[in-house]
Order: sequence, then structure tokens, then C-alpha cells
Amino acid sequence: MSEADGLMRLRLPIAVTYNWSAGPNATSHLAGLMEGKLIGKRCPSCSSVYFPARNGVCPKCARILAEDVTVGPKGTITTFCIVNVPFLGQKIKLPYVAAQILLDGADISMQHLIQECEAEDVRIGMRVEPVWKDRSEWGPSMENIEHFRPTGEPDQVMGSESGAS
Amino acid sequence: MGLRDIAIVGTAQRPSEINSTFTSVELLLPIIQEVLTKVGIERQDIGFWCHGSCDYMSGQPFSFVAAVDAIGAWPPIIESHVEADGAFALYEAWVKLQTGEVDVALVFSNGKTTSGPINRILNLQTDPYMVAPLWPGFDVLSALQARACLEAGVVTQRQMAEVAWRSQRDGKNNPFTLSGTEMSVDELLSQPFTVDPLRAHDCAIPVDGANAIILAAGDAARRLAKRPAWIRGIDHRIDTQRLGARSMIESSSATIAAQKAGVGKDRIDVAELHAPYTHQELLLRQAMGLSESTHINPSGGALVANPAMAAGLARFAEAAESVFSGSADRVLAHCTSGPLLQQNLVCVMEGE
Ligand SMILES: [Zn+2]
Repeated sequence: MSEADGLMRLRLPIAVTYNWSAGPNATSHLAGLMEGKLIGKRCPSCSSVYFPARNGVCPKCARILAEDVTVGPKGTITTFCIVNVPFLGQKIKLPYVAAQILLDGADISMQHLIQECEAEDVRIGMRVEPVWKDRSEWGPSMENIEHFRPTGEPDQVMGSESGAS
Repeated sequence: MGLRDIAIVGTAQRPSEINSTFTSVELLLPIIQEVLTKVGIERQDIGFWCHGSCDYMSGQPFSFVAAVDAIGAWPPIIESHVEADGAFALYEAWVKLQTGEVDVALVFSNGKTTSGPINRILNLQTDPYMVAPLWPGFDVLSALQARACLEAGVVTQRQMAEVAWRSQRDGKNNPFTLSGTEMSVDELLSQPFTVDPLRAHDCAIPVDGANAIILAAGDAARRLAKRPAWIRGIDHRIDTQRLGARSMIESSSATIAAQKAGVGKDRIDVAELHAPYTHQELLLRQAMGLSESTHINPSGGALVANPAMAAGLARFAEAAESVFSGSADRVLAHCTSGPLLQQNLVCVMEGE
């Protein structure tokens, strides 16, 4: 409380603590990450493979995704964005690339960073692979992967995969 | 243009649990499939979907968007969400059906009430300037209300214990609730206060739950159910959020909503009242003018299983089921929201 300028001010922070559960159907994804594995889920109805299997259900079919499928680790950039704008709390040197990556065997892309190449060289169809953090830093998180980097393989011709994305 | 005839034609409820390890989507998905199967229709037959839940309960902004995964959004669907109990989603679906744009709607709600301190979380429904920063919590506010009612002679401690005793007795027969204690009214009255003058049995048991209801209009309703629960009146009224500006010993919004819904036009066989505290059931019965011949909360009510944001829709499900089974002809379903019965939604349903 301060009254320096004749106004009374109150600071009343709000905080609530929760117990969060990943749910049985998404747990294999998080448990896989603890072991350096990329585990997605296949829909029993439309056969789409989701990585990550958000909520453990197929949003198209409203079915539980029961079957674990290992995907990647390599993938293909489906679209990307070169970030040039500084913002509070930024940890990465500008410019950097945030890309949608379709992991091999998955039907939806996921977002990650592209490093170890010039931003201007990043392109749709570029083949990339994950660079993992030191194992001692791993947890149930996609942050176990520091970033993705180009593999040097020939580009994937986009549109040739049957993605659900 | 007159109103369309709209009825509840099917319900499904998930048995209550505590500290569920399922996500909200996983809680909902089987229940939605169950209600569709019961009514004998497919997802594609639903013209409108409406969901009730509260982001504060999961601590995730826009968490309700994920719930769309539980209903499947391909081919594209028409859906909506209320940041409130599913009973209010039912009201929105009723309005949507009244427009004539759709004939069948599915309403669903979920609450993982035990994943956070619900008494504090619901505090965020209070006036954000003068009340919420004090963090009174609903138990404390309700205790103040109960104290006012006791001192005014509107309710007695024994009446409150009788409500708890009856709710626990009836809840034991309901597979969706958690079974209560075996104590007599006198034993209940000898229990210590948790928040004076409330005892543990005066406060609803928070549980995790989910439920779903299918509504249909006119001929569609007759086709989908043997004995649809026809909505004859539905009304929602709100008292001021300023706690000091309203009477603690009555519920004027419940009185008006009950009048507008036509409660007093004929006898009510069964009333499912959403009363999270024992004295609030007594207040609601008085406010709505319910007589002794009305069977109150045969399900056990929210006192024995209160999945926040789903407990009101559960009252609609329970009341409709009593029409489906033929055990009641004219029923009342009620949902409250906000502190101290601030909002009241009242619905009267009849069998044919
Ligand atoms: Zn699918």
C-alpha cells in the first residue's frame, strides 16, 4: 500500500495451484520424450498419426488413439517463419527460424526451431533432424530437443505425402 | 410465431471420481458416445453442439477449445461454449432450436473440480474489485448466508441436517455419486463446524464429472424418445453481484425464474435443485414455492456429488430421466451460478 500521491493503491496478486494430469492416452508421448523417443499415436478410424497426440484423441473422428507409433526422428519443413523482432525474454539470437516440421511417419506437423544454418537458406521441403540437449537436462518435454538442423538430404517434394495436416 | 416444442430425449453421466487422471477431453469423449448410442443417432445427426465448462478450473486459457476434440469437428460442425455450467449451455441450445435452424442439439459439460482448490477458484466469480481480492471463498460466503438465515429464523440447523441426511440416503442409490455417511440427523448435528455455522455435510462434495444431454424439437423428439421430457418453461434470472445489496435470506432471482418458468401452474412431482449448501436448498424451496408433495433431489443432488460446471446439467439429466422412466410427469430442473445463489436457471419439463 502506498499513499505517496494521495491515492491509495493495493497490490492483490492472484495465485492458484493445480494438479495437472496428462491423461493416460497422452502419457506415452511424454514418457517417450524422457527416453529420447518420439512417440505418436495412430487413429483406429482414419489411420492418421498424431505427434504429439494432443489429449490422446483424434479430433477428426472423436476416437481414442490407442496405438503408439514411433515417428521421426527426421522430418521435413512444411512452412516456416523468420523471426526478426526482438521481444522481452528472448533467448535466441536474431534472426532465427520457427518452422512447422512434419516428422517422418506423422500426419500432422509440429513447431520447432531451425538452427545450424543461415535463416535465408531455410526452405519448404528441407529435410531436418533433431539435436537433443544433454540427457541430464531431459524431462517430459519437447524442450529436450534443443533445435532441428538440416540433414543435407535432397528436399522432399511437398504434396507427395498424404498428411492429415 | 409461437415457440417450438423442445424436449430432452437422452442423457448420459459419468460416475463421479476424485483426482481423476483423465483429461477433460477423455472425461467427455465416452459420455458423448454413450448419449449418442442411447438415442440411436450419429455425430452427423447433431445440428448444434453446446459446451459448458470453466477455464479457471483447469488453469488453462482457452482449455474449452480442446473439448472440441471430444466431439469431432470434421466434417465441420456448428458449436458454441459457455463459460458456465452446462445447464446454461442447454439454455443456449434451446434458443438455437427455437430459431428453427436445427432440430437436434447435443449439450455437454465437464468439471475437474478436484484438480484445484475449487473454493478459491470459484472466488473469481465474485466482484473483482471489492470482494475477490479478499479471497473469501464460497464456503465462507455461504456460511455468512447460513448465519443470516438462521438468525432470521428462515432455516434451522435441524432442517439443514435433514437436507444432508436425505441427500446422503438418496445419493447411495445413485451410481453417479459418491456414497455419503450413514449418520442419523442427530449424529450429523453433533459433528463439528467446518465453517461456523456450516458442518462438513452442509457443503457439497467436490468431484470430477462429465455429462451430456440430447435435445430435439417436435417430431424429431417423438422419433428419438419413447417419452420425451418436454420443456414447458425455462427462465434465467440474476441478482446483483454486490453481496451487500441483496437479501441473504431469500433468493429473488429464483422466485422470478420459477414464476416465469411456470412452476406454480401445476404440481411438481420431482424437483432437482442445484444447491451446493444445505441452507440453499431450503432457500430455493421457499423461493420457488415448492410444496411438501414435491420429491426434492431423488438423485441425492449436488450435495453428494458436485462436479462444478456439470452439476447443474446433471440436475436436468436426473429430472429428465424421471420423466423417461414414467416415475414422474411434471418435473423441475434448476441450476445456480455465482456466489450465494446469485444466478438461477429454472426449467419445467413434462411427459406426455
Ligand atoms: Zn481419426
